[in-house]
This record gives sequence, structure tokens and C-alpha cells, in this order.
Amino acid sequence: MTPELKGFILLTVIKMIAVFSVVMVGVAMLTLMERKVSAWMQNRRGPNRVGWAGLLQPAADGVKNIVKEETYPSEANKILFILAPALAFIPALCLSAVIPWAAPLRVDFDWHLGFLGYFSYHGLMRMAVADLPIGFLFVLAVSSLGVYGIALAGWSSNSKYSLLGGLRSSAQMISYEVAMGMSIVPILMFSGNATFNEVIAAQQTGPFSWFIVQLTLSFFIFMVAGFAETNRLPFDLPEAESELIAGYHTEYSAMKFSLFFIAEYANMVTVSAMMATLFFGGWDIPVIEWDQHGTLAATLATGGMMFVKTFFFIFLFMWIRWTLPRFRYDQLMALGWRFLIPLALAYIVVIAIVMWLLTSALGLTNPNVRALVFFAINVVGCYLVFFILDRGSLLSGSYRREAIGARG
Amino acid sequence: MAIGVKVMKRPERETSYVRAALKGMVLTFKHMLQPKVTMQYPEERSTADERGSYTLANRWRGTHRMLADEQGRSKCVACGLCPQICPANCIKLVPGEDEEGNRYPLIYEIDEFRCVFCGYCQEVCPEEAIHVGVHFENAEYSRDRFVYDLERLTSQTHPVSTLWDPADARGQ
Repeated sequence: MTPELKGFILLTVIKMIAVFSVVMVGVAMLTLMERKVSAWMQNRRGPNRVGWAGLLQPAADGVKNIVKEETYPSEANKILFILAPALAFIPALCLSAVIPWAAPLRVDFDWHLGFLGYFSYHGLMRMAVADLPIGFLFVLAVSSLGVYGIALAGWSSNSKYSLLGGLRSSAQMISYEVAMGMSIVPILMFSGNATFNEVIAAQQTGPFSWFIVQLTLSFFIFMVAGFAETNRLPFDLPEAESELIAGYHTEYSAMKFSLFFIAEYANMVTVSAMMATLFFGGWDIPVIEWDQHGTLAATLATGGMMFVKTFFFIFLFMWIRWTLPRFRYDQLMALGWRFLIPLALAYIVVIAIVMWLLTSALGLTNPNVRALVFFAINVVGCYLVFFILDRGSLLSGSYRREAIGARG
Repeated sequence: MAIGVKVMKRPERETSYVRAALKGMVLTFKHMLQPKVTMQYPEERSTADERGSYTLANRWRGTHRMLADEQGRSKCVACGLCPQICPANCIKLVPGEDEEGNRYPLIYEIDEFRCVFCGYCQEVCPEEAIHVGVHFENAEYSRDRFVYDLERLTSQTHPVSTLWDPADARGQ
């Protein structure tokens, strides 16, 4: 092996360990945060007994889950029953590998590490474990693998509640995958590339170039689809405590149950980081320029910025969970197929036409002017969607179905 | 024959799901900033502050207490009314008599696991000896510790229950 390859592998291993441990500890703390946020929203205090202000609660939960008895339903398909939590857990963790967590760092070293030989690396180091050229296509592909874990968990448990949860989740995740994929097509058109680095670079061109300003409706569709993909309220039909006990993980206990939980929270982290990266400039600190020069301070500062953005979306996830009630199953399907997908398609067409007009017909290239034009289109689009289309047609109650049935 | 379902007329054209959701989120966020109402139990046993006034009702029927007279002997005369009326059959009473002819309990045991805390024993007692108490912290390390004998019943100090009074039906 050449010293360059060894240096690359060394750095990648370091990044893997760092991202893995940060995500796992983060997920553990998120379970505490979920309970704290839910408590605060209900005028309670939340867990505050274990450690200072309850900070050791996740450790206590972890220890409890490890020493608990593992139960297996007697009629379960053992192999798939054991495999399912892993199938849910692994894709969720894989996703955090491709997200750029901070600005690239300039690294130069030539080390001799004993019998391992020479290690060297010169140049910018991307702060993502795997800087894949297919970027968020990889995220879409792997996140849809998570449905196997859930569907298999539901099926192999051999329980009616689990099976219903698994079926619901496969239908839900496959439906919303389509809307999610389409909602980021406008981003592909803007950045011309699917890698996260290009997407972030395209958002650094001017003060209005964050895609949230130009593509608000895309963000809205992506966010709703993201909630559905992670099975969070208001789309937690696979779990649906009041209907299905605990849905697909009804029969699971101890650490296997915990793995489903970790998978859910890891997915939440990934989707939040995706929202921050695709629409809020990723690790970019707005307006200033020095964060792109590859210094250690810039890497740390942008890492902090990325943390703040991701954290905000994670809080949004929890905020919405403890505010909104669950959708009914037909409402979920109607929202996905009858509203989000047509909206995403129409939005792609509108954005494509405007881009063609600006570039070919008018020849506008100033990014700020273009951003303002797209912003103006967004204002109109948001008004149409939230003030006119939304009136009773975003979600239909059963009374509308009855009316339709009575007519037909 | 379909089941008749009452169909509500809802103002569907006036409501927007997104804006209603935002309104709800503002409400929950306001709740995050409000003071917390939780009573920190083992440290606080009762509260009387801006969170409200929470104490045990004086009609609470908890674990029993046997009252004693000035000489420290239990007031019980072993008349046998309380084991007679007890619906859960949890009181064990063996009466005895001293040389002056006064009856007293040789054995008086209450199995708190069998007890349903109805308070009939207190109600029926002619000497106002046995009482149910305003008390609920009963944890023990073994099951047999839940059979309270006479000595234990007499030595407990928690306040006794004020039973339901028809003249003051709401306990005020």
C-alpha cells in the first residue's frame, strides 16, 4: 500500500469512529431530550433523578435494556425475528456516513507509525466519512432499506398488531419515498450535481442562496415526507400506541426493542441533517467567507453551525410530535398520493420553466437576482398552497368521503 | 343495512391544516416556558404555593393505627366487632381478661395485604380504638412484615382518618 492510501484509510477510520460515537451518544441523549421536551410541553419536569438534571438517564435506560430478559414469541420466525432489528438499525447508522458535518479541513502529515510504515495525507479532508459522488441518492436508497427491518419485524413476530404495523409502515414509507425523491429534484436542477458538497457550494454563492429561500415548497414537501419516512408523529401509524399497542415492535423486548428506538432516532438525526444540508446551507455560516478556507477554526465553527441547524430540526421533530395528533390511515395515503406527489411534480415543472426563462430567454446570471426571482415565485406558491389549496383539501375528513360516496 | 353514522357539518372550507398546526405549535411552545407543576415527591410531601395546594385528604383511609389511653395501653376492649364487620376478614383477634375482669386483646393482628381499606373497623369500634390512618408509605422488604401486630399498630404515629360525615358530605 502506498503511504497516501494508508493515510487516507487512517483518516477514514478516525472519522468513522468519531461519527459513530457522536451519533450513538447523540441518539442516547435524544431519548432524554424527547422526554424532557414532552415534559416541558405538558408543564412537567421530565426525568431529573439520575445524575444532574437527569443527564445519566440514557445510561440507566441502556443498562436496564441490556440486562433485561430477551423474550421470543413461541410462534415467531426466530431467524427473521433476530435479524429485523439489525436490518432497521444498520441502514440508519450507514446514513450518517455521507453527510458532511463541517467544512473541509486542510491536512498535511507524513508519519512513521512503527511497523505499520509510512502514512501521509496532503490536501483538503472532507468532513464526511464517505464523500460519495452520488450524495443524497445514496441517502434515499439506503433509507428505503430501513423498511425491510420494520416490515420483517412485523411479519416475523407472528402477531396481528405487529403485522399491521409492518404493513402500514411499508405502505407509508414507499409512498412517501416518491414524494421525498421528487421534492429534491429542484435542488438537483439548481446545483447540477447530487453530491452534498456541490449542494452546499451552490448555497454559498450569495446572501439569498440558501435553498430554503428559493425552494420553500420543496422544503415543505421534503419535511413532511421526512416525518413520514422516520415514522414520527403525525405519521407514526406503524407504531400507533392507541391502535396497535406498539405496532411492529410489540413483541420485542430488551436490547432488540432498544435497537428499533436507536434506529428511529438515528433516522431523525439523518433527516434533520439532510434538511440542514439541502435547504439551510449545510455547515455554511451565512454571509461571512472565512469558513471556507480549510483552517481548523473554520472546521470547528462550521461543525458547531451544523450542530445548531441539525439540533433545531431535531427539536422541530419533537415539537411537532408533542403537538399534532396522528393521521388516519386514509388521510395519510391521500396526503401522500393526492397532494404531495402532484405538488412536487407541478413544482418541478414551474421551477424548470422559470430556470429556462431566466437562463435562455432573459440571460440572467447574477445569482442574487435569480434568487430573488425564485423567492418571489415561492411567495406566490406558498400563498396558493397554504391559503387556497389547503382549505379542506390538504386533509379530507371522513365527512368528505361520505359526501363523495353519496354522490356516486 | 349500513350502520347509521352521524355526519358532522364541519367548516372545512374555512380551516387550513397547516395554519391550524402552526397555531397548535405556538401553544405548545408557550407551555414550555410556563412554570412546572410537578411536586418533587420524596423531598416535598405537600405543596401550598403557586402550583396549587396538594395534601392528602383528611378522609384518606390508609394503614391502621390503634389508639392508646393515658397509661399507654391500647384502648381496645376485644369486643370482637371489628373482625365481625371486616369484609376482607383480615383482622385476627384473640380476647383475654385480666384479674379485675377487664377485657383486652391477647392477639390483635391486621393483615394489610388482605385489607380493602373500607374503614368499617373504625366506624364500628365502640371505644374509638382502631383507626384507619392518613398514610400511604408502606414499603417493606418482606411479605410477612405486612401483618401488623398490636404493638406495631399502637406505636404508629401518623394522623388518623376522619371518616365520611353525612352532614359534611364533601369533607369541608
